[in-house]
Amino acid sequence: FQDQAEQFFRSGHTNNWAVLVCTSRFWFNYRHVANTLSVYRSVKRLGIPDSHIVLMLADDMACNPRNPKPATVFSHKNMELNVYGDDVEVDYRSYEVTVENFLRVLTGRIPPSTPRSKRLLSDDRSNILIYMTGHGGNGFLKFQDSEEITNVELADAFEQMWQKRRYNELLFIIDTCQGASMYERFYSPNIMALASSQVGEDSLSHQPDLGIGVHLMDRYTFYVLEFLEEIHPASQTNMNDLFQVCPKSLCVSTPGHRTDLFQRDPQNVLITDFFGSVRKVEITAETVSLDRGLAGFESKFPEDELATEPLKYAEQLPVAQIIHQKPKQKDWHPPGGFILGLWALIIMVFFKTYGIKHMKHVF
Amino acid sequence: QVQLVVPVAVVFSPGSVPGDLPSPLPFRDVQEMEISVNLRTSVTSRYEMAYQGTTAQEEAAMAVTTAREADAALRPLQDVSMGSLTMYVVPENSSLLPQGTSVYVGRHRSALVRAGGGLAALHARLRQVTQVMSFTATSIAAALSDRVPDGRLSPDARRSLKSSLGYEITFSLLNPDPKSHAVDWDIEGAVNRYVKPVLDKLSLVANFSVDSQILYYAVLGVTPRYDKESSSFLLSAHSLPHVINPVEARLGSSAASLYPVLNFLLYVPERSHSPLYIQDKDGAPVSTNAFHSPRWGGIMVYNVEAPASPQASLPLQVDVDMARVMEVFLAQLRLLFGLSREELPPEFLLESPGNEGLADWELDHLLWAHTVENIATVSTTLTSLAQLLDKIGNIVIKDDVASEVYRAVASVQSAMAKLAVGHLHSAFQASKEAVTSSERAFFDPSLLHLLYFPDDQKFAIYIPLFLPMAVPILLSLAKIVRETRQRKKEPTKMD
Repeated sequence: FQDQAEQFFRSGHTNNWAVLVCTSRFWFNYRHVANTLSVYRSVKRLGIPDSHIVLMLADDMACNPRNPKPATVFSHKNMELNVYGDDVEVDYRSYEVTVENFLRVLTGRIPPSTPRSKRLLSDDRSNILIYMTGHGGNGFLKFQDSEEITNVELADAFEQMWQKRRYNELLFIIDTCQGASMYERFYSPNIMALASSQVGEDSLSHQPDLGIGVHLMDRYTFYVLEFLEEIHPASQTNMNDLFQVCPKSLCVSTPGHRTDLFQRDPQNVLITDFFGSVRKVEITAETVSLDRGLAGFESKFPEDELATEPLKYAEQLPVAQIIHQKPKQKDWHPPGGFILGLWALIIMVFFKTYGIKHMKHVF
Repeated sequence: QVQLVVPVAVVFSPGSVPGDLPSPLPFRDVQEMEISVNLRTSVTSRYEMAYQGTTAQEEAAMAVTTAREADAALRPLQDVSMGSLTMYVVPENSSLLPQGTSVYVGRHRSALVRAGGGLAALHARLRQVTQVMSFTATSIAAALSDRVPDGRLSPDARRSLKSSLGYEITFSLLNPDPKSHAVDWDIEGAVNRYVKPVLDKLSLVANFSVDSQILYYAVLGVTPRYDKESSSFLLSAHSLPHVINPVEARLGSSAASLYPVLNFLLYVPERSHSPLYIQDKDGAPVSTNAFHSPRWGGIMVYNVEAPASPQASLPLQVDVDMARVMEVFLAQLRLLFGLSREELPPEFLLESPGNEGLADWELDHLLWAHTVENIATVSTTLTSLAQLLDKIGNIVIKDDVASEVYRAVASVQSAMAKLAVGHLHSAFQASKEAVTSSERAFFDPSLLHLLYFPDDQKFAIYIPLFLPMAVPILLSLAKIVRETRQRKKEPTKMD
C-alpha cells in the first residue's frame, strides 16, 4: 500500500522537454541571453539531452562585435561562469525567434520541412519546462522589439497543447517586468507557473560587469541558477523550495507563483521532474526463446523492386521550369465592404455639404 | 458508443460436452459486457459464441499426443480471420493438456480448454481465455488512458508505447574501452535472422525502420560498486534511472524521421569494471542483465570473460553472441509494446511464439488496443478542432483541411462499423487512416490563430485612426440633418 501511495504522488511522466526562449535583441539585453543560457546549462547538466531542448535566442551575444570576450557569455561578474560553453545547440536563432514560430513550436503546427531539432515532439507523458525572458508588461511579452505575445494567446496555445495531449505537466517560468500577468489567464490543467515579479512591479537586473559593460543577469534567474547549482539528478528537493528562491530582500520585486491548475501538491513535485530527466526503469525479467538454427529469412512481404535509373543531375533540378516560371497571378479581390462603405459615406457627406459643384475640381 | 465484437467458436470434442447445456448443439449465444472508462465514455464488448461439436477432421487432428501438435494440426481447419477465436473443449481426463493446466493457448488464434467442474466453471474459464486473447477491461482502459480519471489507472498501464504510424528502432553497441575490447557484432545478420520476422509480423501495426551504430568511449553515468563476495561489479536498481541520460546525448536520435525512436543498447563494460551485473530491488543479480525504460528502449550489459592468461595481448577480440542478445532485446520490444505474459493464472499454459516473436492472438490484442486508441484520438482531435474554430471565428479553413476532416470522419465511422461486425483488420486500417487524416487537419500550419483581437486592442488600434476622420463626417451629417429639417419647416416661398 505504501508503494501504491508513493506511486500516486509521483509524476506519471516518461520523458522531459524544455523550451527556453530569450526574446530580446541588442547588446544591452545581454542579460536576457545569459538568463536563458544559464537555465539551458542547468537543464542539460541535470540530464535533458539537446534533442529534447528547444533553445530560442533572439540575438547572438557571444559573437557580437561589442563583446570584449568573444565566444563567451558570462553570468557572474569577474567572469566566473561562462554559460556559453562548448556544446550549446541553438535551435531558433536571431530573427527566427518570432511569436509565430514560438506558437508553432508549442502547438505543433509546423511546416513539414522543419527539421527534427526545431520541433517539440512531446507526447502525453512528457513534462515540459517553458522558460521565457525578455521585456514584458501587463499582459504581454515583447519579441524582438517589434511584436508581442499576449497572455491570452499564450493561454490559448497551452489549451491547444492540452487538447492534443502534448504534455503531462507543464512548468512555466517567466522572468520579465510584471511577469505575473502572463500566467493570469491560464486555464488548462496541470500547469504550474512562476514569475519574477507581480503586476505593477519591475524585475531588476543583478550585477553589471565593468569589463563587459552590461548587466550580466537578472536577479530572479541569478538566484534560481544558484539554487539549481545545488541540485543533482538524484536530489529530492521539491517545488516549495523553488517558490522561496528569491525573497523580496534579495530580488526587490516579489516573485509569484500559481499552482491552482496543478493537480499534485507542490510539496510532492520534485525539481528534477521538470529540470532533469529521471527515467522510470524496469528490470527485464523475460526473454524470448529463439530458434538459432534458422537460416536467413524470406520476408513475407517482398519489397517492391522497381528498377529506377539514377537521375542525372540536370534532370533533378527542373532549371528550365524555374527560370521561365511566370509569377502566379494573385486573384483580385474587390475591396472589403467596410472600406467601400466608409469611403462612400465620406464622399457623400462631402458633396452634400459643400455642393456638387466641387465635383469638377476632382475629375 | 464503440462496440467491439469478437466472434468465438467453441468446439466440444466428444466426451467433453457438459450435461447441462441450455440447448442442444449447435447453437449460438451472445455475451455482452460494458467497460466504462469514465462517466461519458464506455466500450461495449460483445462475444458472439457459436457452440458446436467437432467434425471428423477435427477429431482426427486432436488425436495426437501433445497440445502443440494438436494446435498445429487444427490450424488449417479454423477460421483464421483477425479478431476471431476458436476454443476447443477437451474432456476432463484428456492427456493432451499436461497435469495441472486447464487451458493451453496456442500460437495462433485457438486454445484448448479442459472441461470439468460443470457448465458454470466452463463458462468462467472460457470467458477468461477469450478476454486474455482479445482485450480486457484494463487493456481498454490503458488504451484510453487520457480519459480515465487520474489515480484509477495502475502505473503499468501508462507505460506502453502510444499507437503511432511508424517506429524507428536503433541498435547501438557501446564500447567504452576499445583499448581492451575489440568488439564485433554481426548486427545485420542478427537483424535479418531474428528481428525481421518479428517486425514483419508487426508490420500490420506500423512501419518499422531499423538502424544500428557503434559508439566508442561512451560510458554509463554511474560508477558501479565493487562487491567482494561475488568479486564482480554491481549496478543497483535505484541507480539505473541515472544511467540513460549521459548516454542519450550521444545516441543521436535520428534527424530524419519523426516517428518515435526505440533504442536498444548493448554495453560491453570496461576491463576494469568487468564483470558487471545488474541488481534488482532485492539485491539479486538479474538473469538477463538488462533493463528497459517505458517508451524509450532497453539496455543490456554484455560481460566479456577475463582472458585466461594475464599476458594476453590487448585488445581482446570479442564476438558477440547475437542470439542471446536478441532474445533479450526482443523480449524488451514485446514489453515496450505492452505484451506481457506475467499476469496470467498458473493453470494457463502459453505456447511460446518462437522466432515470430509474438503469437497471432497477441497481435490481435495489440490491434484491439490500438484501434480503440486511434478512434479515441481521432474523436478528441476533431472535437478540439471544432472547439478551436468556434472560439476564433476568423480562421480560414482551406479546402484541403476540410477534405481531410471529412475523410477522417468517414474513416472513423467505417472503423466503428467494422468493429461492430467483428472485422478487426479492416477496422484497424480504417482507424489508421482516420488518425492520419485528423492529424494532418489539426496540425495544418495554416491554422495558426495569430488573429487574436481582444476588444481593447481593437479599440486601441482603430480609434486613433478613425476618430479624427469621423469628427468632420459626423458634424457634417448633423449639419445636413439640421438643414433638411429647417427646409421642411420653412414654407416654400411662393410667388
